[in-house]
Amino acid sequence: MTEPNLVEIWVYLSASPLLGLTMTLVAYLAAFSLYQRAGGSPLLNPVLIAMAMIILVLTVSGIPYQDYFEGAQFVHFLLGPATVALAVPLYEQLSRLRRLWLPVSLAIVAGVVFAAVSSVLLARVLGATSQTQLSLAPKSATAPVAMGISEAIGGLPSLTAVLVVVTGIVGAVLGTRLFQWSGIRDDSVKGIAMGVAAHGIGTARAFQVSKQMGAFSGLAMALSAFATAMLVPWLVDWIEGVL
Amino acid sequence: MTFLVGVTLLLVLQLAGEVTVRLLSWPIPGPVLGMILLFLLLLLRKRVPGSLATASSGLLTHLSLLFVPAGVGVMVHGDRLMAEWLPVVAVLLVTTLLTMLVTAGVMVLATRYLVPGYREQEQSDD
Repeated sequence: MTEPNLVEIWVYLSASPLLGLTMTLVAYLAAFSLYQRAGGSPLLNPVLIAMAMIILVLTVSGIPYQDYFEGAQFVHFLLGPATVALAVPLYEQLSRLRRLWLPVSLAIVAGVVFAAVSSVLLARVLGATSQTQLSLAPKSATAPVAMGISEAIGGLPSLTAVLVVVTGIVGAVLGTRLFQWSGIRDDSVKGIAMGVAAHGIGTARAFQVSKQMGAFSGLAMALSAFATAMLVPWLVDWIEGVL
Repeated sequence: MTFLVGVTLLLVLQLAGEVTVRLLSWPIPGPVLGMILLFLLLLLRKRVPGSLATASSGLLTHLSLLFVPAGVGVMVHGDRLMAEWLPVVAVLLVTTLLTMLVTAGVMVLATRYLVPGYREQEQSDD
């Protein structure tokens, strides 16, 4: 009589948050050890590999995303305190920040405006639906901010969350190579560019390069979240009005 | 114990941020305001308490883990992404990389003209 027991266990597991939470941690740890064993190649981005493993398991076992998220939300929730925690590495870069605040501010505003305008325009030229265009507009901001903006301007917040994560992965995977290729060597500059374009996932990658790059990336992520919240709704209105 | 104190401090500041942005209906997210508040607190105290250093490095070391649940949501949008894969892929690749170049370019130029004493590579303290 093993079969009824297995069914009971399955019924328990699929209704409990334990499975989604454990799956998230196990997949990430496996992806991270793979990443380390491959010598830290940015192509094996841990977020990307963990996502792929979890999607495979959920698809094969027929568990809907909503049930998975019941458990995974405990990890998702930590994005909040982690954002607050970015103040610490930032404070440790205070002396450098004091000298560079003006170039940093200019670069962040330029990057935020460029990210939003170029995303909406390119999506429009290539024939994306209006809802997809609007969901793409805040994609370089960190997830909670981008989702809020997406909702306010008429995009789909849950789609924006996905686009934000993929944007971060693109930045983390290709960013360091792009800097090398374009001859950008200063870790403050690299950090600011990474944080503006690729938010927290880019920042995680930046911390692997150096503490300084991570701190500036965290700063750029926070300030560009601020600038995105202020500017993007207005920019999108302007684009819709002009074109 | 120290880890617990640090995490509690982070949550209290996030809570303060969330309540403030709602009270004043500011368009910025609560955690971002919480970060700004913590930064101001550190400026006042002039040092990072040990508990806070432990908690923040604990959270930030595996920052990318925290994005996994939202990323898995891609499976909900399969149909839309299949139908619009070309614009979506092109926008994600092209604009993300161009945004990095534009941001870095503005920063390099602005540093050169606005902060004359600052040389590249006067850094690397890691």
